[in-house]
Amino acid sequence: MTVKSSRKTSKVSLLVLSVLAIIWLLPTIGLLITSVRERTEAQRTGWWDVILNPLSQKWELGSYASVLSESDLGKSFISSLAVTIPATILPLLFAAYAAFGFTFLTFKGREFYFALIIGLLVVPLQGALVPVLKMFISFTEKTGIEISGQYAAAWFVHSAFAMPLAIYILRNYMMTIPNTLIEAARVDGASNFTIFWRLVLPISVPALASFAIFQFLWVWNDYLIAFVFIGSERPVLTYTLLSLLGTYGEGWQQVAAGSFISLSIPLLVFFSLQRYFIRGLTAGAVK
Amino acid sequence: MRDLFTALQAVIAGIAITALIYFLLNLLIHRLPERIKRRVEPYVFIGPVLVLIGLFVIWPTLQSIRLSFMEEEIDGSTKWVGFQNFKDLFAEDYFASMLINNLMWIAIVPILTVSLGLAIAQLANNVGPRQEKILKSIFFMPMTISFVSAAVIWRYIYAYAPEGGEQIGLFNAIWTALGGEPQTWFQIEAFKLNNILLMIILIWLSAGYAMVLLSAAIKSVPEDTLEAGRVDGASTSQIFFKIVLPQIWPTAIAVFITVLIGAMKVFDIVLAMTGGNYNTTVLAQTFYLEYFIYGNTGKAMAAVVLLILAIIPVMVYQVRHYRKFEAAR
Repeated sequence: MTVKSSRKTSKVSLLVLSVLAIIWLLPTIGLLITSVRERTEAQRTGWWDVILNPLSQKWELGSYASVLSESDLGKSFISSLAVTIPATILPLLFAAYAAFGFTFLTFKGREFYFALIIGLLVVPLQGALVPVLKMFISFTEKTGIEISGQYAAAWFVHSAFAMPLAIYILRNYMMTIPNTLIEAARVDGASNFTIFWRLVLPISVPALASFAIFQFLWVWNDYLIAFVFIGSERPVLTYTLLSLLGTYGEGWQQVAAGSFISLSIPLLVFFSLQRYFIRGLTAGAVK
Repeated sequence: MRDLFTALQAVIAGIAITALIYFLLNLLIHRLPERIKRRVEPYVFIGPVLVLIGLFVIWPTLQSIRLSFMEEEIDGSTKWVGFQNFKDLFAEDYFASMLINNLMWIAIVPILTVSLGLAIAQLANNVGPRQEKILKSIFFMPMTISFVSAAVIWRYIYAYAPEGGEQIGLFNAIWTALGGEPQTWFQIEAFKLNNILLMIILIWLSAGYAMVLLSAAIKSVPEDTLEAGRVDGASTSQIFFKIVLPQIWPTAIAVFITVLIGAMKVFDIVLAMTGGNYNTTVLAQTFYLEYFIYGNTGKAMAAVVLLILAIIPVMVYQVRHYRKFEAAR
């Protein structure tokens, strides 16, 4: 670790960085201001007019009300949650089991399987979409059970593509658990199942939390999987937002309001759990 | 309300069924004789994942490669056509510009993102702890924004109104204030300017990611190596380039590769901003367009195979890197 006190604070650095930070914030602030301005005002002047002439402004939340009532946005919000929550919890469960197996159990082909998983870290999603879609369709033809268009279709695909990173992060974490702890539990007669649930899983909570946040944001923000496997039947937020963008084009406030509604959850997650999020990023740096 | 109820039902059922599968598998192997149990048990732990990955990642990817050499008839049957799909794709008039665009994305975005992230991380390191935390949050925040929302945000920046009208897009407002004529930025193909404007969005989204990782690396550089440099009379920039940079190099490479992969697969931004028009299309966008809009399975699969081919070197690098890392452990 470095010694903090030896670091001098620099006024120049602060100035440069602050200017950069303002530039970084401007796009989002512009959107926020646009979404709460009175409709004709927003079409007539740029959003920075609010800062230049703060007193002559008209504000309203009408675009939020209208985007919720006139479009599928409210429904999409629920769809997004219904896709995202299981698509976060399920891979967590799968990956935790597998990471335990890779860390604490010995079996034939362990190295091979793990190398395979590392290789799959970067495999493009696009390569799998069409055959999986065809597989779901032929499954429905044979059994009559609908998968495509249901939330579950997206859960499967999201879970599968989350596996490499999740296993990688969790295994790295589990490797820091002292082996003596596991051995002691074994000597006491605990089965692997018990050791996993009672010992390893509780210790791994920080890593689980990091990955959960990562996965939650990834699924919430995903467009492609939701478009291909769920589509218009239960449109998620990104889907609805993109069609709003297509309908109204630029400069339309409903799109701005809708965008902010879809941003609200990620921002909430980000600001409340920032520390875990950053820890997770650092752990998965190799992806 | 009914939507909420169905959604809730699906969520609970999905999670319960998965948990039950593991529970039953465990129950099952505990009935086996000890010797066999020891052999089978690891596969209870990793088996479901292998099935999941095999079924939804590996098998379909191989299938996509096979389909790239097939032609699909109306009735759903397929026939072998060799490299015809690839020839068709290469013959498209967008092909050359698509390839150049993809190369530009991977040449420009990773290097700028890492450099910017590094600069911010280094600057943030000497502004004092409280300011550092706030400023870093600002740079990091876009990482939580979806590509689609980012597209909405940036449409307002690049918005255009005809001359005489009030410019509500920031770019055009600045441009006209400087005496220029309002521009439809996305249609400017000279020097691939419209592509670069799209790249700015990805850089905006991912610089914070680079900053977080590089900042962690900078902070773990041992103080005595810096002190040694100072004692020897090295300047600040010398200390950074000769002492700090070599020590954080592995992190910089890891971040570079992550952003590189993101740039290779870029899709949502292009889709939401231009739809690939005005010569801004990229491989992943071509796949989307050919399959979902035009229904050309063969050509779409050929585009996917090119994408996979581009990523294979990175994949090989990852596995090798992991092996080395593991050997050192």
